[in-house]
Amino acid sequence: MSASLEQPAAARPSRRGWLFLLPVLAFAAVGVVLALGLGRDPQTLPSVLIDKPAPSFALPPLPGRDERGFSSADLGGRPMLVNVFASWCVPCRIEHPVLDQLAREGVTIHAINYKDAPEDALAFLRALGDPFTRIGADRQGRAAIDWGVYGVPETFVIDRDGRIRYRHVGPLQPRDLEQTIRPLLEKLAR
Amino acid sequence: MIAELGHFALVLAFAVAIVQGTLPLLGAARRDAALVAVAPPAALVQLLLISIAFGALVHLYVVSDFSVANVAANSHQSKPLVYRISGVWGNHEGSLLLWVWILALFGSAVAAFGGNLPVLFKSRVLAIQALIGVGFLAFMLFTSNPFERLDPAPLEGRGLNPILQDPGLAMHPPMLYLGYVGFSTTFSFAIAGLLEGRIDPSWARWLRPWTLAAWTALTLGIALGSWWAYYELGWGGFWFWDPVENASFMPWLAGTALLHSAIVVEKRDTLKSWTILLAILTFALSLLGTFLVRSGVLTSVHAFASDPARGVFILALLVVAVGGALALYAWRAPSLQGGGMFAPVSREGALLLNNLLLASATATVLLGTLYPLALDVVGGPKISVGPPYFNATFVPLMIPLFLALPIGAVLAWKRGELGGALQRLWLAAAATLGVSIVLLLVSDLARGLAILGYGLGLWLILGSLADPLGRAALPGGGLARFWRRLCGLPRASWAMVVAHVGLGVLVIGVTATSTGQSERILAMKPGEVAELAGYSVRFEGVREVRGPNWIAQRGTFAVSRDGAFVAEIASDKRFFVVEQRPTTEAGIHTTLWRDLYFVLGEPAPDGAWTVRLYHNPLVVWIWGGAVLMALGGLLSLSDRRFRVGAPRPARVPAAVPAE
Repeated sequence: MSASLEQPAAARPSRRGWLFLLPVLAFAAVGVVLALGLGRDPQTLPSVLIDKPAPSFALPPLPGRDERGFSSADLGGRPMLVNVFASWCVPCRIEHPVLDQLAREGVTIHAINYKDAPEDALAFLRALGDPFTRIGADRQGRAAIDWGVYGVPETFVIDRDGRIRYRHVGPLQPRDLEQTIRPLLEKLAR
Repeated sequence: MIAELGHFALVLAFAVAIVQGTLPLLGAARRDAALVAVAPPAALVQLLLISIAFGALVHLYVVSDFSVANVAANSHQSKPLVYRISGVWGNHEGSLLLWVWILALFGSAVAAFGGNLPVLFKSRVLAIQALIGVGFLAFMLFTSNPFERLDPAPLEGRGLNPILQDPGLAMHPPMLYLGYVGFSTTFSFAIAGLLEGRIDPSWARWLRPWTLAAWTALTLGIALGSWWAYYELGWGGFWFWDPVENASFMPWLAGTALLHSAIVVEKRDTLKSWTILLAILTFALSLLGTFLVRSGVLTSVHAFASDPARGVFILALLVVAVGGALALYAWRAPSLQGGGMFAPVSREGALLLNNLLLASATATVLLGTLYPLALDVVGGPKISVGPPYFNATFVPLMIPLFLALPIGAVLAWKRGELGGALQRLWLAAAATLGVSIVLLLVSDLARGLAILGYGLGLWLILGSLADPLGRAALPGGGLARFWRRLCGLPRASWAMVVAHVGLGVLVIGVTATSTGQSERILAMKPGEVAELAGYSVRFEGVREVRGPNWIAQRGTFAVSRDGAFVAEIASDKRFFVVEQRPTTEAGIHTTLWRDLYFVLGEPAPDGAWTVRLYHNPLVVWIWGGAVLMALGGLLSLSDRRFRVGAPRPARVPAAVPAE
């Protein structure tokens, strides 16, 4: 065993030793970001806009769908949803049947098409169905910034007075409909 | 009863892991042979105990014991047996048990097959392995116990997410974890090497088979996941740059770099501290992936239900394991002595370039994955990073890598000659250029990027084959001599050729699928015919079919070409009764040259159905290429020098054994 029971080589100080500290320092920075990120569950990110009027915006239409576009003037009158989607976003494809279902039940859903090529967005809607009443094309993502969108998909519940009452981050699941969206819409309709 | 048995086995495994993680380290420091000898049997006992726990959970799923909360939340009696079993790892707690089981599997594999390792080194490796196990077993026992009871027990379970009820996904997590968790061994080897203060060619030779095994499994695991996404998500894409996909891709990139830099340590005794760093970082990225998937800091289709307490626990684990390892690295690595010098143009230089490009690619993916989170944390604007970012940053890094790869592979060690290398590759280079020019002439110039992709893939294949063929085709001797020389090449060389050819095949498949896809979205009535990329597709209509736990609308299509029948393809819209969720099952007909990929959409009031028809050229090459790469890994693993074992290192750095 003597051959393998030897002492570790004595550490020799090196002028470039500080270089070897870089990995652990970089990791510390990543660790801090992760620790701060933990406190912010993206599924329930509160919105500073909750109970405030929706930001004012006016988005052009998706060329080839209709001529109307989507603006703040379309909000209010009755409870409705605003969905932020993009054709390149996989979770959007997953939540789409849920939106279709809601639209069939008579819920008004408007949409902000986020950083998308119009032809891709149209192909997406042709393939998966179009549950939306109005769609605004937000090619630069400016309106989405005003809404405080973190990523796609996101869904906002708007009340009769055009105020944002709830924000859902990530794909809507059937469970979310049962537990939050439908009860909230019913309450707001009363 | 069985649930309690599993729980107790886990508690015992936790206790054994504490013993295995402390006594051997103490023994190694005090030169106490008795304490050191604890490690191997402890590793085997740990595997046994965790196997009992795992078997218990599988049993509970098979018999549908809904008094166990985990089973009730994730299973259902109407589920077919195979999905009741795969449901074990289709959820957070169960997949964590699989994670820990594979960790123990690797630990005991080192104990059982590490006969060529020095006793002290081996006991340190096993101790580090056990300390990782302590962390994860504690995580399970304190925050995510899969054996928790439910009182009163429900009569029926809640079922498994339907898109997870699929053969590809049943195999995907075990394969992926074999890779992820397999890199724990390279981590343990790195830490043990740093503790011992000795990193030499034999260290690299011990490290390599474990790296290869983990890398091969991870390659197959990622390929399975991408294959699943292709046929299950129903729109013909194969990679989405989703945070969770990136989480598995980053350790793969770093592991690939490690695989190559370990060769330099083994052959030339240099790049040591870099290789150690890669070994630590590869496993760190695996842990980071685990954190991202389970803590809920990022949204993803793949993410498990999140719970802040779990996130804090994994983050603490990550900080202790990776922070500790990197601190040890900062302390010990400066004293590692560099070995042989080499010229920039040499095999070492080429492998260093490979490492720089792969490390940059890893950093790019890491940045894209964490950037939205980081920006949000510092109060910046909220953004999302999509495929456009990755296409713009990742792809340009791959172009020089692929261009240089065949050249680097034929350079000599220490000091190579670019001229000589190019001489051996001129035929491959000329053929690649010729084919690319012909492609450019027959297609339009706007497709330049696609042709670049095809050219790079072809260059990888031909350039990798040129060397062994050229070496076998020495003047003299007929076909028999040529064949004999070809067979006489060492298996490690063949491994390299096969893996690099696989990469070329993959690049061609990715290029063809991303640039050459034909798509038609239309409303078809039964009996109507549509044209798609030269095929006539006749929509036969829709009927209702029933599966074990779903009801489906099945649309069938008859495909013909020039009047000759090709195939009948069926696509389902399934509705899972228990989970109340629909899924689409694409109808796919695969040949070597193309996939026909049909998806049934929604019915319209006039009796027509929306259908999506895709023609995906060469898509099967993507997975074929990945399988070839994994095959290369296995071939290398079976190379003679790992089986006969490494020579024992002498006190002075040993001479590098010749091939």
